[in-house]
Amino acid sequence: MSFVQVSLDLLEGFSQNCYLFGATLLFSLPLGLIIAMGSMSKFKIIKYITKAFVWVIRGTPLMLQLFVVFYVPGLVFKTPMSSRMTAALIAFVINYSAYFSEIYRGGIESIPKGQYEAGQVLGMTKSQIFFKVVLMQVIKRIVPPMSNEIITLVKDTSLARSIAIYEILMKATDFTTVGLIWPLFYTAVFFLVFCGGLTLLFNFIEKKFDYYRG
Amino acid sequence: MSILQVENIKKSFDNVEVLKDISFTLNKGEVLSIIGSSGSGKTTLLRCLNFLEFAENGRIIVDDELLVDFALHDKQNDASLRQKRLNFGLVFQSFNLFPQYSILKNLTLAVELLDGVKKKDKEKIKEINQRALDLLKRVGLEDKVDAYPCQLSGGQQQRVAIARALMLSPKILCFDEPTSALDPELTGEVLRVIRELRDGNTTMIIVTHEMNFAKNVSDKVIFMADGIIEEEGTPTELFDNPKSERLKEFLSSSLKD
Ligand SMILES: Nc1ncnc2c1ncn2[C@@H]1O[C@H](COP(=O)(O)OP(=O)(O)OP(=O)(O)O)[C@@H](O)[C@H]1O
Ligand SMILES: [Mg+2]
Repeated sequence: MSFVQVSLDLLEGFSQNCYLFGATLLFSLPLGLIIAMGSMSKFKIIKYITKAFVWVIRGTPLMLQLFVVFYVPGLVFKTPMSSRMTAALIAFVINYSAYFSEIYRGGIESIPKGQYEAGQVLGMTKSQIFFKVVLMQVIKRIVPPMSNEIITLVKDTSLARSIAIYEILMKATDFTTVGLIWPLFYTAVFFLVFCGGLTLLFNFIEKKFDYYRG
Repeated sequence: MSILQVENIKKSFDNVEVLKDISFTLNKGEVLSIIGSSGSGKTTLLRCLNFLEFAENGRIIVDDELLVDFALHDKQNDASLRQKRLNFGLVFQSFNLFPQYSILKNLTLAVELLDGVKKKDKEKIKEINQRALDLLKRVGLEDKVDAYPCQLSGGQQQRVAIARALMLSPKILCFDEPTSALDPELTGEVLRVIRELRDGNTTMIIVTHEMNFAKNVSDKVIFMADGIIEEEGTPTELFDNPKSERLKEFLSSSLKD
């Protein structure tokens, strides 16, 4: 097994991680916002349902959630999950939406009431106040916690191996069966490079908001 | 000629009556100061006038036109409420400028949104920007157009907030303790701007703890205590010849500090 061969093999596995990462973000970023709206809702029922949802999802291991999404449909409803990746994606999206929703909520609730009231007395509509006054301030405040969570997601994607998705760590473990240990440690490089890129991106975004305080 | 009539405003929070039947009138171009101890309901009254709170009872009449009758409890649709609240401007104790926008944009944002100005409507934008510049000049901050709120001192921020409120040409401009959040050496510049507005015949309602300022700048003073108007009259009447015990007490304690 040459270095290049191992690299290519691991890269193939890492593409699974990347796919899971990208697709999870794509769905959970907007879904998280909807859940955040729910947890701030005036309607008590909606509020408590979403709060309970967030509690359950954040209070149980992601790996367990993977198992539930993958096995429960088959065991209970006799309709087994057709694709492992779909199951993983569903579990990840649910899990990350819950975390993101709390970040959104924290950001939105941290905006002083005075900002809304200033908009109101200037005759702005509710949506103008949200989009023109509040949103940008919320984004500035949530960039750091979001970066954190998104970088965690990169590494969490390798949990998908628990339902036998051939992601990078799974591939590397396979090599150990033929006596190769080093590919396992080599995977770190893939994660480090990916997270390094993300870190640069987030630093760039944070800088963009540096021009003002508040 | 009265520009504002406020009749029988009542407002409670959690069954505690904070405003108990407040009525007063204000003439065009006059300055009304509202004084009173902490918790007497001054802020709540201003907030009711600006529809930030909805009173349970009472009427607000501006320019002989009934703006709202709170008793009818017509929570009104958003659009009509927004139109009506533009009769009033409000300057907050804590300025509440929009931190992400330049000073210029702080002034122009609301007007642009109200008029639905498009990006390509260069003429209109120029006109609005010019108005903003004129107002900034009036509050002595024309050199700060491109600055951001965080780069300004408290006194400067409050002057921007005043200019921002004036952008919409409210008939009545309200101030809620405009200098309370400021270091003492910065209050002067804000009070000066308010004084100039009075000289320009702007109708104003000012909630303040600055007794000397209230005395000098007002045409009329209201002393509030526990949600009622305990005493009202000219500054001379209230400050030099207070009638009620509570006002006497209030004045002697506020002169002390
Ligand atoms: N949103 C609210 N919910 C409950 N109680 C409130 C609310 N706003 C004001 N109050 C109460 O109403 C009373 C009057 O408050 P208000 O802020 O109008 O007083 P104020 O005269 O402006 O006082 P200060 O001089 O301290 O600013 C206080 O007892 C206050 O606790
Ligand atoms: Mg107050």
